[in-house]
Amino acid sequence: MKYETNCERIAEVLIAYLDGRASKAEQRAVEAHASICAACKERIEEFRRLDLVLDELPAIEPSGAFDARVRQRIADEPRDGWFGWLIPAPRLAFSLAFLIALSVWTSRFTPAPVIETRAPTVAQTEQDFRMIKDLDVLENYDVVKNLDALSELPAANQSQTAPDQDQKKEQDGHI
Amino acid sequence: MLEAKAGNDASFEHLLQRYRTPLVNFLYRMVRDAATAEDLTQEVFLRVYRARHGYEASAKFTTWLFRIATNLALNRIRDTRHQQMEVSIDAPAEEETPVLELPARELRIDQYMIERDSAEMIRRAVEALPEKQRAAVLLHKYEDMDYCEIAKILQCSEAALKSLLFRAYETLRVQLAPLVRMAASPAPEAPATAGKGRLS
Repeated sequence: MKYETNCERIAEVLIAYLDGRASKAEQRAVEAHASICAACKERIEEFRRLDLVLDELPAIEPSGAFDARVRQRIADEPRDGWFGWLIPAPRLAFSLAFLIALSVWTSRFTPAPVIETRAPTVAQTEQDFRMIKDLDVLENYDVVKNLDALSELPAANQSQTAPDQDQKKEQDGHI
Repeated sequence: MLEAKAGNDASFEHLLQRYRTPLVNFLYRMVRDAATAEDLTQEVFLRVYRARHGYEASAKFTTWLFRIATNLALNRIRDTRHQQMEVSIDAPAEEETPVLELPARELRIDQYMIERDSAEMIRRAVEALPEKQRAAVLLHKYEDMDYCEIAKILQCSEAALKSLLFRAYETLRVQLAPLVRMAASPAPEAPATAGKGRLS
């Protein structure tokens, strides 16, 4: 790939060129431009010298107490206990707590669940309605007391029960 | 790091010995204060220790480590700047704000002779770079990281990083012109065979 450069575009590739990481095409372009541009040739040379100058930047060493302080801070960290595995990460624990709190909060605003009942049949409704209609009558003691229905019970049943009881009494007396 | 993740304390101790000096230096050059740099380095190791269970080997450890360090440094610089702004706003009107000492754009040779200490000049020139440019230069020049790693740490593209580095070195070239002119030219080397050497 043919790559050409100029004084402005050299900025894109100069650092990679000086690091020895430019492509072959980029290298050739930089060198071709430097051969015709004295300013850029000088700049490239100064960048190389700058690298040597920057080697003189003073460095410092950590203080004598540095390691001890780091170890102390690490020792002060809570150790993984028996239940440490339950909360593997603070973010996860926070997310879970947030979700629980959110669900409790939102539940306050949701309407109470409607209990579904089976739709009453037409016959049942009519029966209920009739009962409500007759409620006054049923609650009236005099009416219930003198209810004809009791007297309309078959007489045979009454007579049949009475002799049975008489016979039983007689048997008990003999014994 | 994977051994430290598995609970091997000796491995964590090895990480501490291996990375404490580079981290202290990186943070010292970022925040410009040795005590603060040590505090932040301790914080980096503490965060590594806390996050050891969640560490994935997909990212290079040094990238992860220096990303933590860079974020801590940038946050500290931002907080300090904010505090300084608050102080200057609250300061009594009659008190004169001290003039911010900035290096001249191009130091004259006589000034350089007064300065004498070239190391101090370099330190000041590096410290005067904008934070992101400074971090890029420190990681590129002194931590010997490749573009991909630095771009991940600074969360930018490789192209943006190269542009950032160019602007930073260009500023340093101008700021340190007296030293650069006096420096002996390095032996010319074919760029392709220059290896991992920085700018040479």
